[in-house]
Amino acid sequence: MSFFNVFDITASAMKAQSVRLNTTASNLANADSISSSIDQTYRARKPVFEAELNKASQAQVESAKVKVAGIVESDAPLRKEYYPEHPMANEEGYIFKPNVNVIEEMADMMSASRSYQANVQVTEAAKQMLNSTLNLGKS
Amino acid sequence: MAITFDKALGVHQHTVGVRARRSEVIASNIANADTPNYKARDIDFNKAFAAAKSKQGGGMHITNERHISGGNSQFAELGFQVPDQPDTGDGNTVDVQKEKAAFMQNGLEYQAGIGFLSSKFSGLRNAIKGGQ
Repeated sequence: MSFFNVFDITASAMKAQSVRLNTTASNLANADSISSSIDQTYRARKPVFEAELNKASQAQVESAKVKVAGIVESDAPLRKEYYPEHPMANEEGYIFKPNVNVIEEMADMMSASRSYQANVQVTEAAKQMLNSTLNLGKS
Repeated sequence: MAITFDKALGVHQHTVGVRARRSEVIASNIANADTPNYKARDIDFNKAFAAAKSKQGGGMHITNERHISGGNSQFAELGFQVPDQPDTGDGNTVDVQKEKAAFMQNGLEYQAGIGFLSSKFSGLRNAIKGGQ
């Protein structure tokens, strides 16, 4: 039954988008965590999406679920600031700020919530289609 | 003269099946709208409909992942979409607006098919009851 597959697919997409929303929330929350060394500084995290194509490539199914392949930390340079008065400053007087781009994160958040919404709508429509199938021949 | 469901239900049983399959393909496109390198797919309705009509009860089914598929003719109607935008930066060819519209239209067509089937059933019931 195709509609149960639709539910599986949209559920996988919703799960992936919520992982994305989670990482965005984590990035925004830590946007101002200052530290005194490069190693300890928070780095922006991004999920990597991947289509679950292992079965689809054998042409056995027509659809692909979304899989979160992993979460990677951004390679963008950290923001280094000269701030000798700061209590967290290192011996040279520098503090390190995370490489979180707040504007980018906000845009990512909007995109994730829109995608989530689209999948909820698809689920809702599929539910209606399935319901009308189940009610076929009644009354 | 025997009443068979095949004769009574006409084409609608096949159109509904094809539309159910198409909804799965479009749902997959929408779900993978943010997946890099995912290519949008779609079902050619005419081909799928012809296949559904000719495949009445026949054909081999894959019931286990390890089974060898009996040729890929089952999915001949499944193709990749030609993207409007040649390069989106990450190799993804899904146009979410288009897919949402397609899903909605497909859903309405499905409901129409179900409506036809439903009236066929009530007609059959009427005939069996003799109009009582």
